[in-house]
Amino acid sequence: MNPFLDYLLNAISLGMTFLLGCTGEILTEKVGHLNLGIPGIMSVGGACGCIALKLMYGSNIPPALILIISILASFVGGLLMGAIYSFLTVSLKANQNVTGLAMTTFGVGVTKFIMSEFSVKNAHQFLYALEYFRFPFAKNETALKYWGVMLYLAVIIALVTSFVLSRTRVGLHLRAVGENPAAADAVGINVTLYKYGSTCIGSGIAALGGLYYIMNYMGSAEAYKRIESLGWLAVALVIFSLWKPHLSIIASTLFGMLYIAGTRLPTLLGIKIDTSAIYLFQMLPYVVTIIVLIISSIRNKKENQPPASLGLPYFREER
Amino acid sequence: MKNRKFELPFHIVKRDTMPLWKSLAVRVAAIVISLLLCSVLSVLLINKSPLVFFETMFKAVFSRDILIWQFAKDTAVLLCIALAITPAFRMRFWNIGAEGQTLIGALAAVTVAFYLGESLPNGILLIVMFAAAVLAGGLWGFLPAVFKAKWNANETLFTLMMNYVAMELVNFCISVWVQSGSGVLTPLSVGHLPTVLNSYFLLIAIVLVITVIIHIYLRQTKQGYEISVVGESENTARYVGIEVNKVIIRTMIISGAICGIAGFLIVGALDHTVSAESTVGGLGFIAIMVSWLAKFNPLAMIGTSAFITFLRRGTKNLAIRAAFPDIVVGTVLFFIIGCEFFINYKIKFRKANTTDKGGKA
Repeated sequence: MNPFLDYLLNAISLGMTFLLGCTGEILTEKVGHLNLGIPGIMSVGGACGCIALKLMYGSNIPPALILIISILASFVGGLLMGAIYSFLTVSLKANQNVTGLAMTTFGVGVTKFIMSEFSVKNAHQFLYALEYFRFPFAKNETALKYWGVMLYLAVIIALVTSFVLSRTRVGLHLRAVGENPAAADAVGINVTLYKYGSTCIGSGIAALGGLYYIMNYMGSAEAYKRIESLGWLAVALVIFSLWKPHLSIIASTLFGMLYIAGTRLPTLLGIKIDTSAIYLFQMLPYVVTIIVLIISSIRNKKENQPPASLGLPYFREER
Repeated sequence: MKNRKFELPFHIVKRDTMPLWKSLAVRVAAIVISLLLCSVLSVLLINKSPLVFFETMFKAVFSRDILIWQFAKDTAVLLCIALAITPAFRMRFWNIGAEGQTLIGALAAVTVAFYLGESLPNGILLIVMFAAAVLAGGLWGFLPAVFKAKWNANETLFTLMMNYVAMELVNFCISVWVQSGSGVLTPLSVGHLPTVLNSYFLLIAIVLVITVIIHIYLRQTKQGYEISVVGESENTARYVGIEVNKVIIRTMIISGAICGIAGFLIVGALDHTVSAESTVGGLGFIAIMVSWLAKFNPLAMIGTSAFITFLRRGTKNLAIRAAFPDIVVGTVLFFIIGCEFFINYKIKFRKANTTDKGGKA
């Protein structure tokens, strides 16, 4: 296969990890909640999916069902984490940043605790499902092997979310809650319901990113250790893609390309670089995010700004 | 009937300030409940009875002199980073980059020791290391502050990304220095802080001095007052003639510089080396919660950092499996975060006969 095409296919498949996390975070931010717990939620999602796979190990459940159940388990894991987050920040009006960071500490801890049971020795207890996840290209030797079921799912989720947010009544209400909860409340929108619903579903979607990374992309028992840093990139990607899920499909591909640039670009361009320079390449996604952050704040266009009430708790009697 | 909507049987009102003893009681209650829950978790997850859970925790922290010293040392490091982010947080500048600011300070200190260690006497070397760490940390605080002040760039994500830039820089430097490719820099033999009593005492003393200085800075000086005003309302600050941009940039340089000092202390007194994963190891994030728990009060932070360190050290050896401390700390934090609600708000239950007044009144 053409090395550049291989690079691109690889980057897109890695990028879907970011895409799922980012779509979930966009849903959350659109109702005015900055969820810094996304890295923890993604980790938990991966762990929950793996538990489900382990429970079904050796049973004679058909592959398609195994796939669906583990994806659902991952989604539900994220949903529960989202429920804790929204209970604390919506009902108890807690500080969103602190709650989010506590969610990350907790989620990453839970994941490490769960996943440390799968040592390299008994990783087969969930890795047996790798070929189901990588259907239909599981046997392929090129980067096409990562193009499994969840990759298409990620794109569909992003497109549907984008459609719902910009074209439907639910999406309109949702954005209204994020821009001005008091006004939304006044016209009869159930602010609490929208905040809970959007945050929980968003967390569920983000959780799929963790499972995707472990089962579809990496396919190893050690993969869970990297989810946290990928999760932070997913949070950053929200700004990069200007709170639009359909744009984040392209943006996450770009992030994927940057993320593996260190190992791919030198061979691709036929130049030899020092091994230590790889670390400078690995800095790229973060540096690019910072640059985009700066540019978008300097340009200061109205439609590219975060939801107006992002990060602020809503208390009805304080209007 | 048709206009009747579902109503909750209670509604929430904001409290006036709660007396201090009462708010402390709520927090203690939250901690007790959360610890009870953690002991239940320990039964379920690691098969240890609640009694063993608490006993092991206390033993792991207080049973021997050396353990108490280590506990004090860990508390001091966490306290130092928490102190560093406090000025920024009082200004409502969400600096979650303490991890990177500390790490880059540590890297600067190690770099100086690595290149100049042979040629300088130890005293001067330490001073240069200190200066380098403060400058590096200050720079890491300065960059997000400038863009926040000038163009209102989101500081949360900016500082977060700077963490990873610092980590990759550390990885880069180590791979240049260590030719074997192991990725681990063996502890340097130069640039050690002098040993007083034991290798921890000096570090603890320095952090306590910093605590007092920060306390005085925030409470007694004009600059500290300006920070509070900007935190309360930027418009008010502008109205009374405070240069908001200057305050933001200055405060963030201070914040980053103290993180740099923390990095210097970790290198000079403890590790004598630097590593992207273990030098700071997530303390930058935990420090945010330490600072917040103490309501950004430097003296109260001694207590909160000791408490969090107690949880982390106490549960470290409880389970063979990794990461049980994170689960405990996370659970306790959820409860403390949640209990703030009961301090700031109160729940009023509706009386049965007043719920039906919707039609007429």
